Amino acid sequence: MPKIKLAHSSPHIDMTPMVDLFSVLLTFLMMTTQMRQQEPVTVDTPYSISEKPTPDFNMMTFLVGTDNRVFMNFDNGPDTLLKFRPKILVEMGKHYGIEFTEAEQIEFENYPAAMGVPINRMKEFLHTQEYKEREAFQTGIPIDSTDNQLAYWILFARQVNPNFQACIKGDSKTEFPLVKKVLDILQDKNVNKFNLVTSLEATKINLEEIQQ
Amino acid sequence: MAEIIQEEKGGKKKGHKGSPHIDMTPMVDLMCLLVTFFMLTTSMSKAKVMEINLPEKIKDPTKQEAPKISASRTLNVVLGPDNKIYWYPGTVKPEEYNNLPPMFQTDFSASGIRQMLLERNRSLFKKINEYEQQVVSGKLVISQDSLRNAISQLKKDDDTGPIVLIKAYKKATYGNFVDILDEMNICGIARYTFVDITWYEEKMVEAASGIPSTATASTN
Repeated sequence: MPKIKLAHSSPHIDMTPMVDLFSVLLTFLMMTTQMRQQEPVTVDTPYSISEKPTPDFNMMTFLVGTDNRVFMNFDNGPDTLLKFRPKILVEMGKHYGIEFTEAEQIEFENYPAAMGVPINRMKEFLHTQEYKEREAFQTGIPIDSTDNQLAYWILFARQVNPNFQACIKGDSKTEFPLVKKVLDILQDKNVNKFNLVTSLEATKINLEEIQQ
Repeated sequence: MAEIIQEEKGGKKKGHKGSPHIDMTPMVDLMCLLVTFFMLTTSMSKAKVMEINLPEKIKDPTKQEAPKISASRTLNVVLGPDNKIYWYPGTVKPEEYNNLPPMFQTDFSASGIRQMLLERNRSLFKKINEYEQQVVSGKLVISQDSLRNAISQLKKDDDTGPIVLIKAYKKATYGNFVDILDEMNICGIARYTFVDITWYEEKMVEAASGIPSTATASTN
């Protein structure tokens, strides 16, 4: 008798727990995924075999586009309480005689992407909210020897956080002299170790190849 | 959802044959797909970095002297225009600018610069490769970290491989720069660095590639 009863019970597998499990996983993954930052210029990074991942913090990133604009980005440090970004901005403001309000500092702290705004227009930039309007301010950081704001950004960034590592993100079609200029400015500030952002490309060579 | 099912089971109509269940299978399929997608994208979106250490700038040439390296091991690699590489062995004295040696032209393909570098770096490359083989085959059991250390020690002890000086002509691109550094890593070159191009090397590139000369003795 029990056998017959078993046969009568539904042959369906209840999928509900599986759905629950997947929802949890999905939610978790969606939460942890970092949204890709909207960079002011699209850069097509060159390929290399390096497998070292980008560090999560203590990074000052210099974005060099194909149109001769240089952008910079700093992170807030391993702890949000450290607030490296607003500190750098205040130092920078002091040097150029610009005072940034609390609100402007918070705006700067939370700005997610690289910026290439000359310091004298930074205030206006922080007050605009519209993405399209902001774009107009992104003329690149001045790196001429007469008005080398990039050098001061580097100087103050390293004063605020001596552990900052330089990271250069360039398009593979960027003209090299511009990158060289950025490297020279960094070297002037005694930064001799660089991380070049690349995409992974597997290359394999075998011994036979060189023995022929 | 469980409640709904219970309610149905608690049954108003027993004779209802069409299942009151909602078929969850398509939903599971969809979620499976989404989960897989997110898992794949999260691990892949992370960009990689390549480290490079540049020699410190000599700010005061009267106090500091440029390090001396043996000319027989020196290999000068100049990144030229149009994704070309120009190279010559040894050193050139600026006094001989009327009689500059020719430059060899090559490219970024496996049979180009890579073969040239591997030919010169064969003994070290073999040593590194053998060491890695031992680890892969299980003869030698060490961690990833100590493998890296062992390889850097091998590189440090090497005294036959070339010393590569990388230079860039003004028409080179950033992609070329990364490619050549990558090539150094692939070929296991122990000693390489990036230095400024000299005016006579610019001249040599121009002579080799047929660009009208712009360099003069005053530009450095």
